[in-house]
Amino acid sequence: MWWPTGFAMRWNRGHGNRYNMEKLLQIEDLKINFDMLVGTVSAVDGVSFHINRGETLGVVGESGCGKSVSAMSLLQLIPMPPGELISGQAMFEGQDLFKLSKEEIRKVRGNRISMIFQEPMTSLNPVFTIGHQILETIQLHQGLEKKAAKEKAVEMLRLVGIPEPERRLQEYSHELSGGMRQRVMIAMALSCDPALLIADEPTTALDVTVQAQILELMLDLQKKNNMSIMMITHDLGVIAEVADRVIVMYCGKIVESADVRTIFHDPLHPYTRQLMESIPTLESNQGRLKEIPGTVPSLHNLPVGCNFQPRCARAEAGCRLKKPSLKEVKPGHLLACDLVAEAL
Amino acid sequence: MNQKLLLQVQDVKKHFMLNRTSLFGPRERVYAVDGVTLDLRPGETLGLVGESGCGKSTFGRTILRLIEPTSGSINFNGQDISHLKGKDLKKLRSQMQIIFQDPYSSLNPRLNVLSIVGDALKAHGIAKGSEIQDRVADILEKVGIHREKMRAFPHEFSGGQRQRIGIARALILKPQLIICDEPVSALDVSIQAQVINLLADLKDEFQLSYLMIAHDLSVVNHVSNRVAVMYLGKIIELASNRALLANSLHPYTQALISAIPVMDPDRKKKRIILQGDLPSPINPPSGCRFHTRCGKVMDICKTTEPKWVEIEPDHYTRCHLYEACRPAG
Repeated sequence: MWWPTGFAMRWNRGHGNRYNMEKLLQIEDLKINFDMLVGTVSAVDGVSFHINRGETLGVVGESGCGKSVSAMSLLQLIPMPPGELISGQAMFEGQDLFKLSKEEIRKVRGNRISMIFQEPMTSLNPVFTIGHQILETIQLHQGLEKKAAKEKAVEMLRLVGIPEPERRLQEYSHELSGGMRQRVMIAMALSCDPALLIADEPTTALDVTVQAQILELMLDLQKKNNMSIMMITHDLGVIAEVADRVIVMYCGKIVESADVRTIFHDPLHPYTRQLMESIPTLESNQGRLKEIPGTVPSLHNLPVGCNFQPRCARAEAGCRLKKPSLKEVKPGHLLACDLVAEAL
Repeated sequence: MNQKLLLQVQDVKKHFMLNRTSLFGPRERVYAVDGVTLDLRPGETLGLVGESGCGKSTFGRTILRLIEPTSGSINFNGQDISHLKGKDLKKLRSQMQIIFQDPYSSLNPRLNVLSIVGDALKAHGIAKGSEIQDRVADILEKVGIHREKMRAFPHEFSGGQRQRIGIARALILKPQLIICDEPVSALDVSIQAQVINLLADLKDEFQLSYLMIAHDLSVVNHVSNRVAVMYLGKIIELASNRALLANSLHPYTQALISAIPVMDPDRKKKRIILQGDLPSPINPPSGCRFHTRCGKVMDICKTTEPKWVEIEPDHYTRCHLYEACRPAG
């Protein structure tokens, strides 16, 4: 079989990239609003980050924190209206993704930037064969003849570890298991050698044993193509396994950003800390978990001052006065908490 | 077994019949639960883990008689409940309750919280009129919902609060056993700890026993005293939560544990990557059901089903690697 029995997941971590710090994608001050019945909500509120070539950027956050919206906006996949791009630019290979016309962005989608979604069940079209869907991408972007495209499709399916790829091309998505469907999605996403792969919760719907297979596959293919990955997930364990750098989001804002070691060994933002302490691990004994009180606020009813202040263990009166901005507190370590930043 | 057992499940099977694919063809079966023997002691939390499609939810619902078992016996408090009907079955319902996974679809959107939680009191004739309100208010406060919210509808609550309402509904009849079917997996990460802690508190206060069904071994292991691992309709390992982690025996359990991502980028974990997918429960593999994906497969695994053996006190497994040990029971 294609996957090694050992565990070769960590070659591309932190220091491995130091010689190759070319920025592939630079996002500045991204703001996206949605018009809803309750009024306008700000789903993404002034987010700036970058992704280097060959790097895996982990984006963590809970539902409604804006992680998926940020990613989807890059490929202009947010319907506008109700969405509205208030400000922001996304420089990718010398062009601003937000300024591209429909025709131009179509040349980027699935070609230079590919995306894998959470639900492999709903992101494949049930009325077309797997083959039809892969061939469409390859023929459109690479201009190959049908026969050559078919060979390429078979090669891609074999690469992601699908047995009998020729036969699978004739099958429909319902004939495949969840793990196999996600593999087909990955094969499709990688068929044009993209520079950036956006993976939005790629393993959340899968079982852990299949998750391990898929993560290993993604990292393996990343190494082969020197591809960048933007890994969006709420699972801190997955982030620790695959990411080089991490950004933590809460209510549409980045609250902390650092390399993966710093995030896990020396987290500064109270949200990051409290979140890590609240998760049961295999080592945790049966004691009480440290819970985070309250719930994630809804976006149309955000608290005054810092968004996390009502749930924060360290909140003081000052936290209710103004929204903290993201500042670099240590080299490469960005933090949006004035209280912690002052104490450093 | 000197202790009195709360629940004793003997060789329970649940096969779902499929429709004929051709006019005179055979009717195929889904072997969802295929011979499960488990027991639950009073005051205990028994965890049940397994991948999707292994039959763990079907098993939970079979115990509750929400699904009729194909064969086998279920003893609850010493009484065989697998053939109860009518009034007797209704009486049983007040002693066993369930908490569902999805707090969005498991609460009726047209009923307010008072009805969702309180209707069971009416149905069982336990309380009437204003007494229902008092009892509902009490139980809501126990789960952390303010009594003023009693007239609110499910859509007015967040996911975590809805799950609390689901817990209140299960608790209102003061059951002895609650089956928790993935109680936290649909919740936000920062809310999961709240619900896990709440379940632990309620267990002490109401002297409950839980059957905790989940796919997430870290959650199950945190809350359970003993953990059973299920694969394709069969229990393949059963041990105390400590023993299962420190000394897992079955190759599938070992792979399952090793596949869980750890929250530490520096920890190099030796990973066992399983090959392939879970086989279909319509045509389960012969012999040991795990042999198609097992890294330690031997010839005998393909033909003969391994026996259930007790390796250490209270640590059971079903694998030919340990066949030399004495059979259980």
